[in-house]
Amino acid sequence: MKVTYPHMGNLYLAANALLEGLGCEVIMPPFCSKKTLSLGTKYAPESACLPLKINLGNYLEAIEKGADTIVMIGGVGPCRIGFYGQTQSDILNDLGKNIKMVVIEPPDVSFKEVWQKIMELKNASWVKVIKGVHLAWEKIYSADRLEKYMEWLRPRAIKQDEAEKIYNEALILLDKTKNIRQVKNIVKNTLHKLEELADYQAENIIKIGIVGEVYTVIEQYANLQLERQLGKLGVEVERSIYLSEWINDHLLSGILPIKSSKKIDQLASPFLNHFIGGHGKQTISHSVDFARRGFDGIIQVGPLTCMPEIVAESILPAINETYGVPIMTIFVDEQSGEAGLNTRLEAFTDMIKYKKDLNFKGCELCQSI
Amino acid sequence: MSVYLGIDVGSVSTNIVAMSEDDKILQKIYLRTKGQPIQTLLEGLKLIKEKLHNPEVKGVGTTGSGRQLAAVIIGGDVVKNEITAHAVAAAKMVPGVKTVIEIGGQDSKIIIMKNGIVNDFAMNTVCAAGTGSFLDQQASRLNIRIDDFGSIALKAKNPVRIAGRCTVFAESDMIHKQQMGHSLEDILAGLCEALVRNYLSNLGKGKSLLEPVAFQGGVAANIGIKHAFEKALSLNVIVPPNFDVMGAIGVAYLAKSAVQNGKSKFKGFDISEAQFQASSFECSNCSNACEVVQIAKDKKIIARWGDRCGRWTALDKTDKMIG
Repeated sequence: MKVTYPHMGNLYLAANALLEGLGCEVIMPPFCSKKTLSLGTKYAPESACLPLKINLGNYLEAIEKGADTIVMIGGVGPCRIGFYGQTQSDILNDLGKNIKMVVIEPPDVSFKEVWQKIMELKNASWVKVIKGVHLAWEKIYSADRLEKYMEWLRPRAIKQDEAEKIYNEALILLDKTKNIRQVKNIVKNTLHKLEELADYQAENIIKIGIVGEVYTVIEQYANLQLERQLGKLGVEVERSIYLSEWINDHLLSGILPIKSSKKIDQLASPFLNHFIGGHGKQTISHSVDFARRGFDGIIQVGPLTCMPEIVAESILPAINETYGVPIMTIFVDEQSGEAGLNTRLEAFTDMIKYKKDLNFKGCELCQSI
Repeated sequence: MSVYLGIDVGSVSTNIVAMSEDDKILQKIYLRTKGQPIQTLLEGLKLIKEKLHNPEVKGVGTTGSGRQLAAVIIGGDVVKNEITAHAVAAAKMVPGVKTVIEIGGQDSKIIIMKNGIVNDFAMNTVCAAGTGSFLDQQASRLNIRIDDFGSIALKAKNPVRIAGRCTVFAESDMIHKQQMGHSLEDILAGLCEALVRNYLSNLGKGKSLLEPVAFQGGVAANIGIKHAFEKALSLNVIVPPNFDVMGAIGVAYLAKSAVQNGKSKFKGFDISEAQFQASSFECSNCSNACEVVQIAKDKKIIARWGDRCGRWTALDKTDKMIG
């Protein structure tokens, strides 16, 4: 059994370790690229949302490398991800690809089903499986730590390109290692190297919270490297969702003692009292959380036509009115031109900076006007 | 004579203004970009030089979708996005402005101002319905001059209802109405109303639009659209003088405040004689496969961008030649 899976941010680190632990031969799909997107859009329904198209591209590229089984995470509720597994496997079948699709639904519904799916894939001793799970967890947790540090560092970095290079090299090392102690060493060494690039005196740094649909928030290819672009504009970023927290909340029913979004989820009320599918409710609750914590702005990201995010978008003005925090929505689709996105991000950060200046110093520009 | 230059390189037009020390607009140039931003820019620069008899340039600002390119070529002191540039100009030209409607060739924006600064904005994202290019197209399809579009629309007695959601729908709806025998005036007025409806429902939703309202960008020349806005909003809409070059004006102001006590990076009017080439290639160093754009002046590379890792942007440019 040659197993593959779709990309989503640094998920591959955990997926590789976990699937190897289960005794599968893993075929990692090539990182998302123009080719991935072209393949996906060629065979996916035109009106499908972006994650489905990129996923499909990932599978096709992995099948080219010999994969015969796909593991993916499904979804429940009124969001199209519930149909992804079926749609994608039908498309692949129509293309004459003989693949097996294993869809792991979140255990919010039934843990038994998840268990069955795992047993389908298991081909190793329990000792090896448990080691694999542990390693996968350490890797994804470590990658999140590095990512969070990068989010802090980017606006303060003396050489941003250098910092990106160090971070990317660390991810390659993390993927290769099979040893938990080494994982910890890599994180320690990388953080050490990155700290040397930080300018602690950096001024005019603003903080923006990113909310929205999980895939487009996490997968930097899908959102046109949103976090890096913001970093260049002097913005420190915090996301509503990190992979380790998402895995813990959704796949492990929140058993691990790390930050959970369960408490924050309650903040959605009174703006939105119902689960509306996808991350619509979380978009609202995390926006409230960011606003209460005094963030300078919030950016919502979602794939074009994403229903939960459209519902959330229409509620965001109420949060803006209540807390006074500027909010901007970005919908992404197949376009790869970054110019339009950059214009919006620059205008949004300009607006925040001028507002802050006006509040604290009295803005030079405004006085000249 | 010393001037500040504001340059707005847009998809449809390239606008250049020359502003004096006391903020007077001495010269404005409005050229069609025609898909050749570099040539158009250099041509515009030549015109400024001739018309103002080789003025001393104390600062340069660039804006518009070609702002990076323009800044590299002529040496920009300030590179700013269109939204900030338009807001600055509106605040200067229309005192106390609270709402700025801007419709350009490819995109439209709404800017809500408070105390002279941007408080909220929106820009059309996925679809270009209701922008200048579409009006241009329809005018040429109906065989009328774009300049006459608005005044014909104003003569309408019963504007017909035209689907505004999408330009493709709008066009087929217009054709249908024409075949039914509606008059040209009524159809044009209907189109103006449809575009305004589309603009307000796309960009204006959830925002309270307060007076004074400034209407700028190339489309503000169309009196039919202005009229339709006034009707839809029940507000008075002001079209400021120089409405068509407001982005350039805004960035000229920004350039002025940026170079105070400093020296401009302007490369001089002589560059309009130089040969520039733009080319691109796909980097194969990693899976990102970025499209890298390079700009060369007299066969010497002066700038590269488009790479995510910084590999090309950071490269020493001085000694690299292209064939």
